[in-house]
Amino acid sequence: MAIITMREAISQALWEEMERDPKVFILGEEVGVWGGTYAVTKGFLDHFGPERVRDTPISEAAIIGAAIGAALNGLRPIAELMTINFAFVAMDHIVNEAAKLHYMFNGQFRLPLVIRTPGGGGRQLAATHSQTPDAIFAHFPGLIVVAPGTPEDAKGLLKSAIRSEDPVLFIENATVYQQRGEVPEGEFTIPIGKSKVQREGKDVTLVTYSKMVSYSLQAATQLEKEGIDVEIVDLRTLRPLDMDPVITSFKKTNHAVIAEEGWKSYGVGAEIAARIYEEAFDYLDAPIKRVAQKEVPLPYNRRLEQLALPQVDDIVNAVMEVLK
Amino acid sequence: MEKSEHLELYRQMVLIRRLEETAAELYQKGEIGGFLHLYIGQEAVSTGVVAARQPQDHVITAYRDHGVAINVGIPCKVVLAELLGKTTGCSGGKGGSMHLASVEKHFWGGHAIVGAHLPIATGLALADQMEKRNAVTMCMFGEGATNIGFFHEAINMAKTWGLPVLWICENNRYGMGTSPERASAVSEIIQKACGYGMRAYDVDGMDVIAVKNMVSERLEDIRAGNGPQFLEVCTYRFRGHSMGDPERYRTKEEVQRFVDKGPIDNYRKYLLAEGISDEAGLIAIEEQALAEVEDGVKFAHESPAPSDEALFENIYVEDAERG
Amino acid sequence: MANTVEMPKLGFDMTEGKLVKWVKGENEKIEKGDVLAEIETDKATVEVESPFGGVVAKHLVSENSFIPVGSPIAVITAEGETFDQNTLPANIIESTDAMAANQPSIKEKETSQVGSQAISEVEAKGSADERKTNSMLKASPLAKRIAREKGIDLTTISGSGPGERIVKRDLEKAQLGQPAAGLQPKPKPDTAVSIPRAKDEVIEISRLRAAIGKRMLESHQSIPYFTVTHSYNAEALITLRKELNEGAAEEAKISINDFFIRAVSLALADFPNLNASISGSQITRHGVTNIGVAVAVENGLLTIVVKDANQKTLPEVSREMKEMAARVRDGKVRNDDIEGSTFTISNLGMFEVEDFTAIINPPEAAILAIGSTMQVPVVINGSLSVGWRVKATLTADHRITDGAEAARFMQHLALFLEQPWRLL
Repeated sequence: MAIITMREAISQALWEEMERDPKVFILGEEVGVWGGTYAVTKGFLDHFGPERVRDTPISEAAIIGAAIGAALNGLRPIAELMTINFAFVAMDHIVNEAAKLHYMFNGQFRLPLVIRTPGGGGRQLAATHSQTPDAIFAHFPGLIVVAPGTPEDAKGLLKSAIRSEDPVLFIENATVYQQRGEVPEGEFTIPIGKSKVQREGKDVTLVTYSKMVSYSLQAATQLEKEGIDVEIVDLRTLRPLDMDPVITSFKKTNHAVIAEEGWKSYGVGAEIAARIYEEAFDYLDAPIKRVAQKEVPLPYNRRLEQLALPQVDDIVNAVMEVLK
Repeated sequence: MEKSEHLELYRQMVLIRRLEETAAELYQKGEIGGFLHLYIGQEAVSTGVVAARQPQDHVITAYRDHGVAINVGIPCKVVLAELLGKTTGCSGGKGGSMHLASVEKHFWGGHAIVGAHLPIATGLALADQMEKRNAVTMCMFGEGATNIGFFHEAINMAKTWGLPVLWICENNRYGMGTSPERASAVSEIIQKACGYGMRAYDVDGMDVIAVKNMVSERLEDIRAGNGPQFLEVCTYRFRGHSMGDPERYRTKEEVQRFVDKGPIDNYRKYLLAEGISDEAGLIAIEEQALAEVEDGVKFAHESPAPSDEALFENIYVEDAERG
Repeated sequence: MANTVEMPKLGFDMTEGKLVKWVKGENEKIEKGDVLAEIETDKATVEVESPFGGVVAKHLVSENSFIPVGSPIAVITAEGETFDQNTLPANIIESTDAMAANQPSIKEKETSQVGSQAISEVEAKGSADERKTNSMLKASPLAKRIAREKGIDLTTISGSGPGERIVKRDLEKAQLGQPAAGLQPKPKPDTAVSIPRAKDEVIEISRLRAAIGKRMLESHQSIPYFTVTHSYNAEALITLRKELNEGAAEEAKISINDFFIRAVSLALADFPNLNASISGSQITRHGVTNIGVAVAVENGLLTIVVKDANQKTLPEVSREMKEMAARVRDGKVRNDDIEGSTFTISNLGMFEVEDFTAIINPPEAAILAIGSTMQVPVVINGSLSVGWRVKATLTADHRITDGAEAARFMQHLALFLEQPWRLL
């Protein structure tokens, strides 16, 4: 086991897959010469060359569109959107083309493409550069949406995404590239579409993903001192959604809190809560609580920004509330 | 061109025409649902374009795709089956009129979002360039699509990377109901290509031979490594944008003027004048085409509709039950 | 000919019963065996069948009146027969009159008793009704399900959740509070959050609860009891149950409790002292082995009895238990269901209870309290491992038996629990 950062984990996954399969290539803004605005592809251009590490114009629609065309025609592109906030200009190609071509043409077309993009806020980048619109993309059948919360999951899931025959939106978090975690040595992949219990407990089920996983672990440590034993279920993949570990956990604890960085309304938590109500109604001992960003565009001012974003304390309070 | 090649082109054009007329009838009977965009009047364009290509070249177009489908060799009955939403359709009944395709024939669809397939064309060409295949991507679109962002991003990226794409703009004078004069800052469409430093040409879309010859030259040029090029094809659609178009944006007289100089009539005259065929020969082709369409309708009617399970098929490659 | 129906004796210690409801009205036809009336005893509300067929000529008593055992309550005549009250034997008329005369005094007693508590009862009922009607009885889905499964009346439970919502722990507390189970309530660890409660709720003790209370107090105070706890290896039991239940329909599934009923009944064969009753200076060792099983009901506890459990197969025991439990749930329990136990078991296994002590059901010699089947650390050949164990505690009457015998019984029981093939 090695302890590496999220950035290193993602970088390693990309490198290993590029080495493994010559059809894999990367395209995006500043991925080549700059080495990636989050330094994820630093060193790649020198090693793999400009054909396979392509700097593109600022044309998100064309970046994703071209990635789609290349995938259709036999290659395995990994397109980077500098941040998920820029995904909206490529929205048509992500949800109308990538998600639907295989279906509309009855299986004739294959799109083994990966779109990597970081989201999240907290660096005072203001409203249009700080969003977590994951739920929007998870809404569309035909797209696979993955959002890891630990370096191990990031590496294993990205490798699986690159090897997948389906289009995968791989959502990273822009503020936690330096988050450290244990990652197995050697070759390994993690299956897409499987939630994971990151921490076992018996009093409450805390469902979460991405950056909120580490926040949840911190909350659990705090709650342990109050004698509350939290079980954390990390979704890891948003679509397809694996509810089995969530339901199994909920049937044990009868209490649930969902923690996400995006807004509460119409968010990931709304989906999880609805499914828990549908599948385990008779096990409910209290209403389900969602911890999420406040319903505001994210402001520039540092304190206000932190006030808007969900914090560890919010998770702790939600757990206490639910156990009342 | 050989005699047989000519007659083949004529056959394809007549077949497209009969197909489109029949489709209009079926639509009015309620058997075809959704949108139906007829290619009547533009048959020479797709026929000439596809005739010029080599088998490894790609064709991708927008939603007015029935012509291309016939030209690349999808059987007429398979097109009709798709229009009627049957499992024997080229997209299994899941795509409909706007989403005909055949991967094996390098025909990448049939796309409904205006301009969205242009970046995809860039990508097809990118793969060919990276894999060093000797293929050109022919991307067809209407003049209305030259105003959308996707157009600019796609041709810019293709030119920047020197990709083997032939951008073919079918200028049929109306983007739905709006003429380029009302929609574009520059309505002479080839001028738009100049802004991107591409070689740009135009050709009369009512003349199938002219189209074929022009496209052949362009392909050779691009295959030689000269980067993407732009071709404006001047054409006209005789029917509305789609079924149900009240056509308030043009006069009947205008339409009639173009009908009188239509591509099939033009070609017919040419074939007779050059002695490539006689009247009987042409009539035989025309009757053959009609019979093929009628057979196709019968085939489509008798084909099964997709089952309930088909609803969930082919969402993903890897797991039918995903999601 | 006119036949009189009398208040039946529905329990060995029943002295009077309350006629809560006439099921067959006057002048209605009735067959022998049809249900004539519902009678509430100390233990339960029981349906009473008519011993005669014909027509119900007269109700001799009114609903909600208390009738001594043996007193006439109805007259049944043959069809077409005219009934003249004056033809009733004089003593019956007398006694009914006397009863009628007595009614007011009994009622008075009741009323005065009630009167003193009237205010609190009204209040208690009021708030329960209020919660029931105004806020639609706030209880979590989990609490509702548990209540449904255990036959608990939610209107009698007070809620500690937000907005006085009834939650799982409230039901658990309520179960803990049942005296018949003889539980020494283990205090639940306080969570860091204080539970806000606006006002106290005063509930009048129901007949059933009072009766249970009286008996348990007597038992607890008068019997010199002692307890013996034994931990049984449940691996074989669990495996066998899984095998037996594989592919079985829900209604045919055998429970751990069913196994215990069989095991205890067989083990008692060698310990007649424990399958006995005491009365005065006599100990009666019973010829039959009827295992009583404590079940929770609205406001209290019932013991349903599997007769001759030692002679029935495991599926038969299981089926009988399910049928009787269903009757209890539906309020249609029969006299036969609740009478005649010679040894009682009480199972709190569904509540993650390690072990507990039950109070003897007099005049029986002993009662067995069964805890949860759980995975615990065990020592095998000097090293630590994990094993399935279930603990049972015997409470026994020292006037009838002694420690060594009780301990040997518990040991003998292991034979049947740990080698469960013997139960088949």
